[in-house]
Amino acid sequence: MILDAKIPSGRLEDKWREHKFNMKVVSPANKRKYHVIVVGTGLAGASAASTLAELGYQVSAFCYQDSPRRAHSIAAQGGINAAKNYQGDGDSTYRLFYDTIKGGDFRAREANVYRLAEVSVNIIDQAVAQGVPFARDYGGYLDNRSFGGSLVSRTFYAKGQTGQQLLLGAYSSLSRQIGAGKVKMYPRTEMLDLIVAEGKARGIITRSLVNGQMQCFYADAVVMATGGYGNVFFLSTNAIGCNVTAAFRAYKKGAFFANPCYTQIHPTCIPVSGDHQSKLTLMSESLRNDGRVWVPQAKGDKRNPKEIPEHERDYYLERKYPSYGNLAPRDIASRSAKEACDAGKGVGPGGLGVYLDFADAIKRVGKKVVSERYGNLFDMYKQITDENPYEHPMRIYPAVHYTMGGLWVDYLLQSTIPGLFVIGEANFSDHGANRLGASALMQGLADGYFVLPYTIGNYLASEKPGSFSAFKTQGESDLQKAKERTQKLLDIKGKRSPSSFHKSLGHILWNKCGMARNKTGLEQALREIPALREEFWQDLSVPGTGQEFNQQLEKAGRVADFLEFGELLVRDALTREESCGGHFREEHQMPDGEAKRDDDNFSHVAAWEYHKDKDPALHKEPLVFDAVKLATRSYK
Amino acid sequence: MKLNLHIWRQKDKNAAGQMKTYTLDGVEESMSFLEMLDLLNEQLIAAKDEPVNFDHDCREGICGACSLVINGTAHGPQEAVTTCQLHMRSFKGQSDIYIEPWRAKAFPVVKDLVVDRSAFDRIIQAGGFISVNAGGVVDANTFLISKNDADKAMDAAACIGCGACVAQCKNASAMLFVGAKVTHLASLPQGQVEKKERVLRMVKTMQDEGFGNCTNTLDCEAVCPKSIGVSHIAKLHREFLAASLTTTSNS
Amino acid sequence: MQRTFSSPIGMKAVMAVTGLAMVGFLIAHLAGNLLVFAGPEALSAYARGLRKIEGILWVMRSGLILSVFLHIASGIRLSLLNQRARPQKYAVKKRVKSTFAASYMLLSGLVILSFICFHLAHLTFRLTHPEFAALDPFDIYQMMMISFKSPVLCLFYSVSILLLMLHLNHGIASLFQSLGIWHGNINKFVQVLGAFLSFALGIGFLSIPTAIFFNLVQ
Repeated sequence: MILDAKIPSGRLEDKWREHKFNMKVVSPANKRKYHVIVVGTGLAGASAASTLAELGYQVSAFCYQDSPRRAHSIAAQGGINAAKNYQGDGDSTYRLFYDTIKGGDFRAREANVYRLAEVSVNIIDQAVAQGVPFARDYGGYLDNRSFGGSLVSRTFYAKGQTGQQLLLGAYSSLSRQIGAGKVKMYPRTEMLDLIVAEGKARGIITRSLVNGQMQCFYADAVVMATGGYGNVFFLSTNAIGCNVTAAFRAYKKGAFFANPCYTQIHPTCIPVSGDHQSKLTLMSESLRNDGRVWVPQAKGDKRNPKEIPEHERDYYLERKYPSYGNLAPRDIASRSAKEACDAGKGVGPGGLGVYLDFADAIKRVGKKVVSERYGNLFDMYKQITDENPYEHPMRIYPAVHYTMGGLWVDYLLQSTIPGLFVIGEANFSDHGANRLGASALMQGLADGYFVLPYTIGNYLASEKPGSFSAFKTQGESDLQKAKERTQKLLDIKGKRSPSSFHKSLGHILWNKCGMARNKTGLEQALREIPALREEFWQDLSVPGTGQEFNQQLEKAGRVADFLEFGELLVRDALTREESCGGHFREEHQMPDGEAKRDDDNFSHVAAWEYHKDKDPALHKEPLVFDAVKLATRSYK
Repeated sequence: MKLNLHIWRQKDKNAAGQMKTYTLDGVEESMSFLEMLDLLNEQLIAAKDEPVNFDHDCREGICGACSLVINGTAHGPQEAVTTCQLHMRSFKGQSDIYIEPWRAKAFPVVKDLVVDRSAFDRIIQAGGFISVNAGGVVDANTFLISKNDADKAMDAAACIGCGACVAQCKNASAMLFVGAKVTHLASLPQGQVEKKERVLRMVKTMQDEGFGNCTNTLDCEAVCPKSIGVSHIAKLHREFLAASLTTTSNS
Repeated sequence: MQRTFSSPIGMKAVMAVTGLAMVGFLIAHLAGNLLVFAGPEALSAYARGLRKIEGILWVMRSGLILSVFLHIASGIRLSLLNQRARPQKYAVKKRVKSTFAASYMLLSGLVILSFICFHLAHLTFRLTHPEFAALDPFDIYQMMMISFKSPVLCLFYSVSILLLMLHLNHGIASLFQSLGIWHGNINKFVQVLGAFLSFALGIGFLSIPTAIFFNLVQ
């Protein structure tokens, strides 16, 4: 199968505008005849569901949380980028586009990224109109800050809770449509399968988490906004419930999965405190605006950091990347921290941490200003570690945070299954091999408010509304299979809890497919994961029944999919014989330890196709760069 | 640490529940409260017993899912944190911990410690928004908003919808939740157009959902993990009184 | 209007306004009664003086009676709604910021109501002490002297006044909150005002029966 990204022809600047004009449009009177399912109600899902309803479509929205307001977009702290150039520092659509392409290590599609930069400005307008309380300066104008991987101030923020405010904005829009009866909302409901008939997406199978009832929902198109798969590593900054199930089931139904090995490890997380740890907490990257990262120069230096004199400290980011310094992109900052710790210079328990020091900032601008900027983050740090960051430098360590990979989509955000659209973190489209800070919120909302609502019309315009009703037998048979699978989990009656398997899987992936990967490790992982999966299906213990609220059963289903998906991730990492962005292969590095990309052989999207009884098949979508020149990414 | 945990167990919405006691050893001070419950559940699963169900998701204090009344206080003994951010070091020297769900007619128990808070969603659906469709809005800097107003709106908007205010209030009142949303939107120029209808509809839904009423005891602000103050309830009072006395429409 | 007063916020506003009226009455009532310390003539003169403005007095009395009625009616209605809002009680429940006074407003209110009934029967309608009939109707002084020498009556008044103090302690600050006056620095002032007024009124009223009981009034 040849992957057709359906990138419109024409100049980069004109593609989206012209394409919007050229697309087919559903007339206002016909829109209400179409039924669209939206799975997931984070930034992408909530904004898409509300916008589709505003346009007149009938929408059903699903989320596993008890309320759409709790989707994990809510946890994004730092901000959202937009090429508004309000600060007059030379920002432009092109610069945001270029920064994103470069930040992604030249592994993203030019046309998608340009469109993202273009609509970024509309997002800010939209959010402000909804009442999102972005930070303002004393004149009443919107304030901006700078963020990792960028040399201009283009990040809009609402204290340290930008994700929360944007999500609540989208949630309020969605709530308005629910209140108006235009969106039917199904909270505490999870998607267990995609119904595909005659090659098109026709609906989904769901399970109510409250009473276990499983049923089919049919629609003229399905939109998946189901987030990333970072929890495959067990410990990540994702919410406990984040999972790959919906995306993986769609993959098994024929949607290609692209670039699963592109995982982002965020540099500023609170280090692990013990074996009981259930999740990692991220602290906004904005901390790196004022905090200085360092480790002691001597190995195993256990002195109190305040007793370590300046000349015995290694401010390694400032040393290695003088122009960006502490603001180097995430992948670079993370890998540098790992290098320092691998060299025995790490601090804190287990030597898995580096300092992020605010002493200079406090000296420069005063404690009050530092507290205004980061007070809530400092409080959170203190709450978790019992250490006061005003007095004692923070300890940070990288943690899995975001996944750039996802279901393959074309320019129209449609997967390889017609009628299945994938938006937000769940797709692979815009960040290449590494995402810049403050771009996730941008992409989620761009997809949901300003891209999908147009592109889905193009598909629906050539579909007869309600044609899904011809495929209900297919749905019933899928439903039966989903029921059997759920029952199978309950029937194992072994000894180990779902969490314990999840933890074991996480260990394998973090150690062998984490911040740095090599062939030997990956090949080991490819043996260990299937063995663990085997054990899972032999020795899992899920108490209770399937006809009730059963959190262990939910977890078991998700872990089962992670156990299969993890293998795909490792396979992709093994196949990509280069280092780029979040994917670092130890065999492919420069003499100074920097990532060594291989544009001749790997300037493509790796899209995986599921096969039932054999290994997945790799399809390549070549990446063509017309507007930018491929260059070695340098932040020195 | 070794603990006696007294936990509310309830099979489903309609079943009668009761407190059950479990003994848990090996609790470390650096564990979060929910990690302590994870440990208990691992132990229960190993013993082929029913694990305890409780709501939780982000575990970083922002999604608002976690919702436990611990020793009689919503989100436990520490000020301005959610249950998920509470650590066992706060329980040094204690051997008995009582864990109950939010209790309110408007928040029926789903199972064990899990409650149904969809009443909050319905309040927002009734009017907790600005009616604006995607696209076709003015440039973001068209509204100049003083830093003071923007900050005020942000403080109110910080609500995570956890429901601790309801859980702690002796009357199970939702006025802090409603007040925070009303204040957020009424503090901004964008929110002025609909402000009267908004407050009237939200208050009506709040009543219809069966929440109690504020008697100014201040317990809500004391347990709010985001430190949202009762001045927002005062603002709600002003907005509601002004709107209800000056509007004639039947919204 | 109907929407305002059928809603809990409207009912709270009613409680606040009527509460404020009653606090006003209490201040005036206390000021008059403290004349007991100035001797029998002063108190009788005050009582006679009041009689001269009977017309205005009746207007104020009607306002007061209406306030009492509305205050009680709204209070009970709100309480009933509040009871219903939590059918299943907590096994363990702590007060965090709320005071003892705030937690028992209904109870203190109901006790005060029964006190008021007695108080009216006692000193307004004079049904409790037949010996009052022999006195000059304006000789309030003598009536008080007779009454508060009795330890039972003195104790009953004192306890009731203490409960009133408790009720006001929460009520005065709370009425500002109910009327939407609770903001920034104002709430500190309101809380201090509430504490001060309730304390001052309480001590003031308490001083009368106790002083008489302990023979401190000649």
